[in-house]
Amino acid sequence: MTILSKFSWLALFAVLVAFTAPVQNVAHADEFSKIVQTLNTKSKKKLGKAIDAVVATGDERAVPVLEALLEGKLFYRKTDNQVFITEKSGKVYLLTDPSTGKEIGEATRKEAKKIGINNRLRGQLKGALGGMTLMSPDAEKRLKAANDVFKAGDPAMLKILKKALLREEDGTVKERMNRALAAIELEHAKDLQIRLLAVQKLGEYTDPEVAALLNKIIAGTKDEQLIASATETLSDVESSLASWAIVGNLFQGVSLGSVLLLAAVGLAITFGVMGVINMAHGEMVMLGAYTTFMVQEVFRNYFPGAFDWSLLVALPAAFLVTGLVGIAIERGIIRWLYGRPLETLLATWGLSLVLQQIIRSFFGPTNQEVGNPSWMSGAIETSTGLVLTYNRIWIILFSLAVIALLAVIARRTMFGLQMRAVTQNRAMANSMGIRSGWVDALTFALGSGIAGIAGVALSQIDNVSPNLGQSYIIDSFMVVVFGGVGNLWGTLVGAFSLGIANKFMEPYAGAVLGKILVLVGIILFIQKRPRGLFALKGRAVEA
Amino acid sequence: MIRQPFILRILQDRLASFILGLLLLSAFLVPALNLYVSPESALHVPSYVVTLLGKYLTYALLALSVDLVWGYCGILSLGHGAFFALGGYAMGMHMMRQIGDRGVYGDPVLPDFMVFLDWKELPWYWYGFDNFGFALLMVLLVPGLLAFIFGWFAFRSRVTGVYLSIITQAMTYALLLAFFRNDMGFGGNNGLTDFKDILGFDLKSDGMRASLFFLSAMAVIFGYFVCKFIVESRLGRVIIAIRDAESRARFLGYRVEYYKLFVFVVSAVLAGIAGALYVPQVGIINPSEFAPANSIEIVIWVALGGRGTLIGPIIGALVVNYAKTYFTGALPEIWLYMLGGLFILTTLFLPKGITGTESIAQSFENYRLKLARWLRPHDFPDLNKEPAE
Repeated sequence: MTILSKFSWLALFAVLVAFTAPVQNVAHADEFSKIVQTLNTKSKKKLGKAIDAVVATGDERAVPVLEALLEGKLFYRKTDNQVFITEKSGKVYLLTDPSTGKEIGEATRKEAKKIGINNRLRGQLKGALGGMTLMSPDAEKRLKAANDVFKAGDPAMLKILKKALLREEDGTVKERMNRALAAIELEHAKDLQIRLLAVQKLGEYTDPEVAALLNKIIAGTKDEQLIASATETLSDVESSLASWAIVGNLFQGVSLGSVLLLAAVGLAITFGVMGVINMAHGEMVMLGAYTTFMVQEVFRNYFPGAFDWSLLVALPAAFLVTGLVGIAIERGIIRWLYGRPLETLLATWGLSLVLQQIIRSFFGPTNQEVGNPSWMSGAIETSTGLVLTYNRIWIILFSLAVIALLAVIARRTMFGLQMRAVTQNRAMANSMGIRSGWVDALTFALGSGIAGIAGVALSQIDNVSPNLGQSYIIDSFMVVVFGGVGNLWGTLVGAFSLGIANKFMEPYAGAVLGKILVLVGIILFIQKRPRGLFALKGRAVEA
Repeated sequence: MIRQPFILRILQDRLASFILGLLLLSAFLVPALNLYVSPESALHVPSYVVTLLGKYLTYALLALSVDLVWGYCGILSLGHGAFFALGGYAMGMHMMRQIGDRGVYGDPVLPDFMVFLDWKELPWYWYGFDNFGFALLMVLLVPGLLAFIFGWFAFRSRVTGVYLSIITQAMTYALLLAFFRNDMGFGGNNGLTDFKDILGFDLKSDGMRASLFFLSAMAVIFGYFVCKFIVESRLGRVIIAIRDAESRARFLGYRVEYYKLFVFVVSAVLAGIAGALYVPQVGIINPSEFAPANSIEIVIWVALGGRGTLIGPIIGALVVNYAKTYFTGALPEIWLYMLGGLFILTTLFLPKGITGTESIAQSFENYRLKLARWLRPHDFPDLNKEPAE
């Protein structure tokens, strides 16, 4: 009996095991759909718990359900309170069973009702979905998921996060996961030691989000040990953040400086050599930008495959177009006004109005779409909040290349020699057989051409509209006046110092006040050094 | 040579006396035709025309002020719009305070935009503007003071020529940016508007519009006499000398910077007065008045009319602004071409402006002489025989 009974027990157990293996699966499926059914509740509190429960199943079918809930596509049928994922199709909703993923009919608007969520639940859902994609094979998705989990700070994610960390191989993703883990532990762990450890871990991240989290913890907790530790870590994080912010500002400043440099250098050449303020200089920049637009249109229509190379064609095209316009202006207007710089200023201002209006008549007053080639879009981003966009980096390099090219032209070519001679002493240059009128025309063409290629560069970061030039003209004057006339070095230093000064004042004074301060600063500076930073000396000055 | 009395010398400038006479006549005639002639009559001048003409006259005064510095002292100011706007803002602040509790929010002290920004009390620089006299004083003082400080620094360090032009432009640009800020307490980019009355008189009433027109016309005549007096005085001679050869004037022992400072400040005050007359007629003042483009446009009125003639800029301002009103209404596409073309053609072909150019002035001249002889043959001996001064 005992043996038999033993056997029977065993048999029974075996039978049970044999049965439960398939049955467990069924039960699992049932359980998932049961848990999904709990989502059908009006109480937001219960819904929050239900979401956690769905997440806790770890079932991959949970992802579409949660996504549907987040997008407002999760409905329940009024007749039997069944939960469905819906897709709107005309006047009716197509219903999909969340546990089988099969379409099971349709419902009218009256038969089904949406399960509503609020902002808090939305945050929870995002975090949860982040957790679900932590295992995704795509490293970028995992990185984003880790960031989402960090932001949501949901303790329900802890298990999944740990699991994901074990199998994670990508260094960056792992780092982000650790950050999220520490954040959740810090916020929700009961044990003080774990929380202190989490603070330590977070201290390794130079990250504005970590700083915000630590601030929140300091404000929220009463534990003095924790406050002390968090405060100490926070000041560490903030000081390293501050030094990164300086790097960021410096980049922004150099970037603005390079833009100013491009816009101003052509002006500096014409002003330096000819003593002529060309108010239409901004319009040359604008023409360059529109040339880029035209070239890109041609590429879009005829060689869409080679679009990335369009800028390389636009550069010489813009130089040619604006250079020729420059020669026309010099021969047509400026030549007649030599020795009357104020009149030249007025005439070129009138010209700028006409050029703007011409462009407006042909292209309309709205912005034209100029595309970024693929090698210029995107950015280098670091976890410290520093963003270096590729187009800015390219423009910095480009502006330096332009300056270098000009320096070579000025110092190594015959034309450069003549240009410098005319700058220093026009009468003497004339008597040495230099045709200063010819040099003037070419110089003006060169200055305008440079403005044109500046327009190509600016079309990549600014709106291409008829007013493009106007927004740069005063700033470029400031650069020329500040840097001193007839001196490339002065323009370079002037542009970068104004750009950097602008960007460093912005955080303290705001963008507008910063700019005003820079302008006032220049006005005062001019009092001190009326001829700019690097002034020409000698007789020519008083001429 | 015995210097004739000031007023006689002006009468000898035939074009000037013609234009000034016309101004004086219209100062009385236009309000009269507006107020006392029935609207059905062909001679009736509608109120909007009175206001429009009044606006042109304030521009004429502004052009006069620019001519004083540019035409006679060679300082090309590209920032005179700033003085104009500051005078306008001072007047606008007074009218804002006069609104009292009739604003949208009905606050007895704070203007609407301050209530909107949730400000609790009036900023200190708004104190006193409820007093009309104080506001008038500020109309003169604020532009004058800015010009004094700016000129003090600029002229002492011998900033001249295009450099000076550029930094005056920077000045007005900086003010443009500053007045766009809501924190400044001048209404941000909406500026000051919704004015109700001055000294208890409704701004929209015909009587008020006519009086403002009368005042504007008188202000132009007054401005002309002030400028004429200055440029005809001994000080004026020095100023012209500075324009023509600054270094030489300095070497002769004149303190060039003080002379320049003087004309610059006088000119800024005149511009401020023009602004103060402009704002009640237009009904709004906002930061766009500081726009550098506006200031350059003033210069073209002067250049077209003839710089260094005082009467030319008045004509230039009236002509260009009438054309602007006409063409922006009739052919808006064309106007910027015309304005741009005006800059180019004037500088290239009419360096002395329309009044400085012989033929036009001469035809004016002959016409006036004919008219004068026909009216009163005995009072006008043959003026052409007098030796040119």
